[in-house]
Amino acid sequence: MSASAQRPASTLEDASTRTDTEPAVGRAVPHESAALHVTGQALYTDDLVGRTHGVLHAWPVQAQHAHARIVELDVSGALAVPGVVRVLTAADVPGVNDAGVKHDEPLFPDEVQFVGHAVCWVLGESLEAARRGGEAVRARYEELPALITVREAIEAGSFQGGQPLLERGDVEAGLDGSSHVFSGELELAGQEHFYLETHASLAHVDEGGQVFVQSSTQHPSETQEIVAHVLGLASNEVTVQCLRMGGGFGGKEMQPHGYAAIAALGAVLTGRPVRVRLNRGQDMTMSGKRHGFHARWRVGFDDDGTIQAFDATLTSDGGWSLDLSEPVIARALCHADNAYFIPHVRVAGRISRTNKTSQTAFRGFGGPQGMIVIEDVLGRCAPHLGIDAAQLRRRNLYRSGQATPYGQVVRHAERLERAWSQVEDDARLDARREEISAFNASHPHVKRAVAITPVKFGISFNLTAFNQAGALVHVYKDGSVLINHGGTEMGQGLHTKMLQVAATALGVPLPAVRLAPTRTDKVPNTSATAASSGADLNGGAVKDACEQVRERLAQVAGQVLGISPADVRFTHGTVHGLAGVEDGEPAATWQEVVAQAYAHRVQLWAAGFYRTEGLHWDSTRMRGEPFKYFAYGVAATEVEVDGFTGAYRTRRVDVVHDAGDSLSPLVDRGQVEGGFVQGAGWLTLEELRWEEREGPHRGRLATQAASTYKLPSLSEMPETFNVSLLAQATEDGVVYGSKAVGEPPLMLAFSVREALRQAAAAFGPAGTSVDLASPATPEAMWWAIERARAGGGAEPEHAPLHEKGHGHVDEADDGAVPAAPAQPAPDAPPIRPRTERLGHEMEHEAHETEHDARGTSQR
Amino acid sequence: MTTTDAAAGAPAVTVNGSLLGLAGTPPATTALDWLRGRGLTGAKEGCAEGECGACSVLVARPGTDAATEWTALNACLVPAAALDGQEVVTAEGLGTAPGPGTAGALHPVQQEMAVRGGSQCGYCTPGFVCSMAAEYYRPGRTALVAEDEQPCVERSGSDEHPGAGEHGPNGFDLHAIGGNLCRCTGYRPIRDAAYALGRPPADDALAARSAAPPPAPVATRLADDEAEFLRPASLAEVLDIIASRPEAMLVAGSTDWGVEVNLRGARPPLVVAIDRLEELRALEVGERHVEIGAALSLTDVERRLAGRVPLLAALIPQFASRLIRNGATLGGNLGTGSPIGDAAPALLALDASVVLASASGEREVALAEYFTGYRTSVRERGELIRAVRVPLPLAGTTAFHKIAKRRFDDISSVSIAFALDIEDGPDGSRVRRARVALGGVASTPVRALATEEALTGAPWTGEGSEDAVRAAAAVLATEGTPLDDHRASAGYRSAMLGQALRKLHAHETGPRETAGVGA
Repeated sequence: MSASAQRPASTLEDASTRTDTEPAVGRAVPHESAALHVTGQALYTDDLVGRTHGVLHAWPVQAQHAHARIVELDVSGALAVPGVVRVLTAADVPGVNDAGVKHDEPLFPDEVQFVGHAVCWVLGESLEAARRGGEAVRARYEELPALITVREAIEAGSFQGGQPLLERGDVEAGLDGSSHVFSGELELAGQEHFYLETHASLAHVDEGGQVFVQSSTQHPSETQEIVAHVLGLASNEVTVQCLRMGGGFGGKEMQPHGYAAIAALGAVLTGRPVRVRLNRGQDMTMSGKRHGFHARWRVGFDDDGTIQAFDATLTSDGGWSLDLSEPVIARALCHADNAYFIPHVRVAGRISRTNKTSQTAFRGFGGPQGMIVIEDVLGRCAPHLGIDAAQLRRRNLYRSGQATPYGQVVRHAERLERAWSQVEDDARLDARREEISAFNASHPHVKRAVAITPVKFGISFNLTAFNQAGALVHVYKDGSVLINHGGTEMGQGLHTKMLQVAATALGVPLPAVRLAPTRTDKVPNTSATAASSGADLNGGAVKDACEQVRERLAQVAGQVLGISPADVRFTHGTVHGLAGVEDGEPAATWQEVVAQAYAHRVQLWAAGFYRTEGLHWDSTRMRGEPFKYFAYGVAATEVEVDGFTGAYRTRRVDVVHDAGDSLSPLVDRGQVEGGFVQGAGWLTLEELRWEEREGPHRGRLATQAASTYKLPSLSEMPETFNVSLLAQATEDGVVYGSKAVGEPPLMLAFSVREALRQAAAAFGPAGTSVDLASPATPEAMWWAIERARAGGGAEPEHAPLHEKGHGHVDEADDGAVPAAPAQPAPDAPPIRPRTERLGHEMEHEAHETEHDARGTSQR
Repeated sequence: MTTTDAAAGAPAVTVNGSLLGLAGTPPATTALDWLRGRGLTGAKEGCAEGECGACSVLVARPGTDAATEWTALNACLVPAAALDGQEVVTAEGLGTAPGPGTAGALHPVQQEMAVRGGSQCGYCTPGFVCSMAAEYYRPGRTALVAEDEQPCVERSGSDEHPGAGEHGPNGFDLHAIGGNLCRCTGYRPIRDAAYALGRPPADDALAARSAAPPPAPVATRLADDEAEFLRPASLAEVLDIIASRPEAMLVAGSTDWGVEVNLRGARPPLVVAIDRLEELRALEVGERHVEIGAALSLTDVERRLAGRVPLLAALIPQFASRLIRNGATLGGNLGTGSPIGDAAPALLALDASVVLASASGEREVALAEYFTGYRTSVRERGELIRAVRVPLPLAGTTAFHKIAKRRFDDISSVSIAFALDIEDGPDGSRVRRARVALGGVASTPVRALATEEALTGAPWTGEGSEDAVRAAAAVLATEGTPLDDHRASAGYRSAMLGQALRKLHAHETGPRETAGVGA
C-alpha cells in the first residue's frame, strides 16, 4: 500500500464504536459547522451585508427577448430615481468586458442572447432604490431570430465548440454481427441547481487599492482571475474569499465570476462596498443549469443479451455561450458505457448553441447524461430481447482486465459484481420480486416494480493540469493548529474531512485543529472544488503540509525523548516512541514538543502540495487514462405507481456504494443519500419548461420559481433508505485510502427511473417495452401507462406534443442495420483545451497570450 | 432579558426575548428582511414566496390544545408591521453554538439535527429547526408508541408503528416540515432527527410559555410617504376603512401579499390586517350549518374541526404546506379568487356559502354564485368575507383529489372535490345527489354540472354501476376548458377529471389497494 493510503493503526474495527483516541479519519463525526448551521450563526456571503458599512445594492436590468440587438440603452431615468447612485454599463469596464474564459460571454452584452440577459446593473442605496432604478432604464431592442430547443439548433446546424468522437473497434461490423439491432432516440431535460443560497458577492476596495471580494464561489481562483481581467488588474491586486456556500452542485463553478465582477466593478467605481445577490427568479433566469441532451443511438446484442456494438450521437444543449460545455460533453462521452463493457463503440458529441442560459457544470458534469442513454437503451430493449432488465445489466458489467472505450483499464471492476450481489442479498431482491408479482397480480389500479442499476464514475478532472492542490498548515506556539486549503465548502463536508486528515496526520485531537475560510491570498492558483475531487486533492495537500511539520517535530522530539526521530510517534496529542504510552516509556505532550521546536527555531508551518500521479489524456483523440480511479455503486429501488393518475412514490431504496475507506462515514452517507435524491429529482420531478411557442414569451423559462420548479421535498424521500458503504475498499494512492463521493451517487437514481419504467410496463401485457420521458413526472408516467395499456405502441389520442416526440425503440427487420445517427463532419473541430494550445501554438497567437494565460477552464 | 429600543407604545416586536422597535420600517418590509436587517441572519431567503421554508421563524399564536402555541411561519410572507406586539423566536433564540465566551447550548431540535447529519450546507437548516421546534412544542403531539418501545430511529421502517409514513413513533407529524426544502441531504437524516425528539423538559421556557395567554392583539399603524399598514382594533373600524378607501388591501395570513410584494414588485399603498379580529375567528358547529371564521388559519380550522367535516379534513393536508397553512385562511383563499385555489372546489362541493360583512350589515351568498370571472366576485367595495358556512347534514361520500407534480406542497394542475349522497336500494346503491366541483379547468372554480346530472340517480354499486360511472367519468373529462401550461397539458388535465371519479368509485366500492399514492 502506498504511504498516502495508509492509516495509523486502529485498535477497534468498527468505526461507529471508536473513541476519541482513535485516528480522526474514519470516524463518523458531524459536519464541522453543524452547531453554527443549526443555530443560524453560520455566515454566508450575504449575511455580511449588515456587518458592512455603507453598502450599495446592485439590481440587474434583464432583457425580455430571446435574441435581440440592443439599439439604445438609456439609463438617465434610473439616475433620476431617489437613492440610485450609478448604473454600470459596458462603457465602465476598464479591462476586458467578459465574464468567462472563452471570450464569448460579454459581461455587458451588445446583443441579448436569452430571455433574462442582464444588459446593465443599477447601484442603489437600498435594494428597493436599485430595483426602481432598474424599472426606469429604457432599452430599445431589434429582435433577431432565436433558437430555443436542441432540435431547432440541430436543424439549423447551430453548434459551438469542439465535436469529439470516441471510438473503439468497428461499430458497423459489430452491428452487422449482432443478432438483435435496435435504434432509438432519447431527449432528456436539464436541471436547475437550486442551491438554497442564490448567487451572492460582496466587494470592497481595501487598503492600498486591493480589491477584496467575498463570493459564493466553488472556484475562488478563477473568480479572482475574472475580476482582475474585468478591472484590468493583476491577480495579486484581487483577493477572493469564500466563507461557505449554501449549496453549489457545480452551479457556482463558472457562474459566480460575472456577479463578483459586477460587485467589484461597482466598488472600484463608487469607492463603496457593493453587494450583488440574485433573488430566486433572477438566479433561475440568469444562471446556467445542467445541460439537457438529445441522443440518437443504435445498439447490437447477441442472443444472450451481451452488448456487441453501440453507436450514439449525443447533442447537448449548451445555451448561449460555451462555458464548461466542452468538458461536459467530453465527460458524457467518457461515461457513455456506464458500467458495461462494449466491444465496438462509437460515440459522437456535439454542443448546440441555443438562446437560453449558458448551461454549465452540475454534479456529474455530463456523466449522468452520458450514462442515462445506455441505461435507457437497456431498459427499453430488455423486453424486446425477452430478458429481465436486471439480468441484462448484470450480464454486461465490466469484468477484471477489460478497458473502457478510451483505453483505460477498469481497475477493481470486480467491485461492481460484489456491490451488485450485496444489494441483491441485503435488499432480498429475489423474494421481493415475487412479492411484487403477487401484489401486481391482485391490484389492477396500482403497480409496483423494483429495478437495480450500477454506477461506474471516473474520478479526476479530465484536464490533467487541474489535478493539483495546495494547503497551508500553521502550528502556533501553544500547539493549536490552523489549516487552510484551496477547496471550498458547499455542504459536502470537505472542511470536516480536511480537519480529520490534519488531526490524523499530526496525531492531535480533532478539536486542536481549526480551519480558516478559503481565500486566494492564502493558497494561490487553486482548482475548482469540483469533479468530486476536493478531498482527494486538498486532502493530499493538507497531509503533505502536516507531514512536513511532523517530520521536523520528530527531530525535536527525538532529542527531547532521547530516541531516534524515526521512532517518534504522534498519537492524539502525545508524542512517544514505538513502545507507545506505557509507564516508564519516554513521552511528551504535543504542546511541549511544539514549544521546544519554537525555542530551537524550527519552522512550525508548511505549505503542502499535491498532484495526482499517473494521469494522461489526449483530448483530440479521446484516449488515455484520464481518471485516477473509478467509483462504483449499485442501487435497487422499489416504486409504487397509481394507474389512475401516474402519481408514484418511492417505497424502498438499497444502496451499496464504494467510498474507499471512508474518511468520514456520516459525511459520505450524506453525500450518497443527498446525491440520490437530487438525481431522482432530475429524473422524475424537476422540470425546466422553456416557452417554445412563437410569441412575445418565446424563450422564457416558465418554471422560474420554487412554486413552479419543484424540488424533491420530504414526500419524495424514499420511505426506507438503506445505505451501505462497500467494505474492503481501500483505494491505494489516495488520501488515507478513501474515494471521492460527491458526484457518483447522483447516478444511483437511475434505478428510480428504471423502476418507474417497469411499473408502467406492468399495466400492459407481459413483455411491454416502455418509452419514458425524462423527467418522468406523474403526467409523463400516465402517458407511459396509457401506452403500455395499449400494448406499448400507439400514442394516446390526447397526449401533448412533447410526449409524442421522444421516439420508440425500433427493432431492425431481418437483420438490416438502421442508419447511423448523425456523425460529426470530417472537418469538425475536436475539443482542444486551451492549455494544450498554449503549449503547441502560443508563439503563433501572441495576441491571445494575455487571455490564454488564464484560459484554463476545461475539466 | 428585555431591551428597549422602542419608545413606549411605538410598534415593536419581542424577538428572542428582546423588544425590537419597528419605527422607521417601510410598511412593505417583510419580517424576514426586517429580522436580517437587525442582525438576525439565521433566517434566510431561499425563494421569497413561501415555498422553501428557509425563513421559518416561531411566532406565539393562540392555540387549539393550549392557550398559546409556537407557530412556524414563513417570515418572507409576513409584513414586519404585522408582528407588532407579538413574540418571535428565531434559530438564534433557540440555542447557541459553542464559541468565544460561551460553552454553547443547543436546543434539543438543534442537537438532533447537528449530530445526525441533518445539515450539510446549512442554509436551509435554521428554517428546518424552527419548523421542527414548532412541532416539538405542539401540545397535541403525543407519542404513538411508548418511548421504551420506540424502534431505534436509524432502523425504523416505514410501517412499523401506527400512523407510519407521516408520523414518527414520537407523534411527530412529518407535514410540520413539509414546507421546508433541503437540496443537500435527501431528508432522511432530517426525518430521523425529528423522530428522535422526546418531550420538552419540565423547565423548558418555551414549553412553559404555552400555558399563558398569547400576546393580545394590538392596534398598529406604521406608515411612510408611500404606504401605510393598519391593524384596526375592531371589525367596525376595518369596515369603515374599506368603505372609504378602495385602495385598501386586506391581509390575514398575508401569504399572497408576500408573493405580490417580493416577486411582482407590488407596493400596495394601504394594507389592513384582519387576522386577529375575534369576529373573524369563531368556529361554530350549529344545527343547520358549520360556520368557520374567515381569518382562522387553515391549521386552526383543521384542528378545531377535528374531522367534523371529512371533505375539509381531506382537503387541508393537501393545501400547500403546514408553514403556509399556519397563516393562510379560507377567507384569503376565496378572497383572492384564484381559479387554482384548493379551498373553493371543496367548499363548492359542500354547497358552502360566504358571509359578506360591510358597514351596512351582512349578506350570505352561495359560493356557487360568488365567483364572476378570473379573480373577480360579487363581493363589493366595502365588503369582506367574515365567515364561511357549510350546510348540514353533510354528504356521506366525499373526496378531494389534487393532481400535482409533487405529493406535498404543490400547486394543483387540477383539483376535484366530490360530495355524493349514496342510498342503498334492493339491487345495489344509487347516487341520490351529487356535487362535483373543479379547480384549474376554467377562469374560476366551477361546479361540474353535467357530471352531477349524469351521476344523479346512477347506480353506484351492483349491476350497471361500472358502466354508469364510466359514462359519468367521460362526461367529467369534458368539463371546463383546461389549458396547456408548465404544470400539465390540457390533455392530462381533462383525463385526470375523469380518472378522479373512476378512482373514487374504485376506492369506495372495490378492495382497498393502497394507502396513499397521490390523492
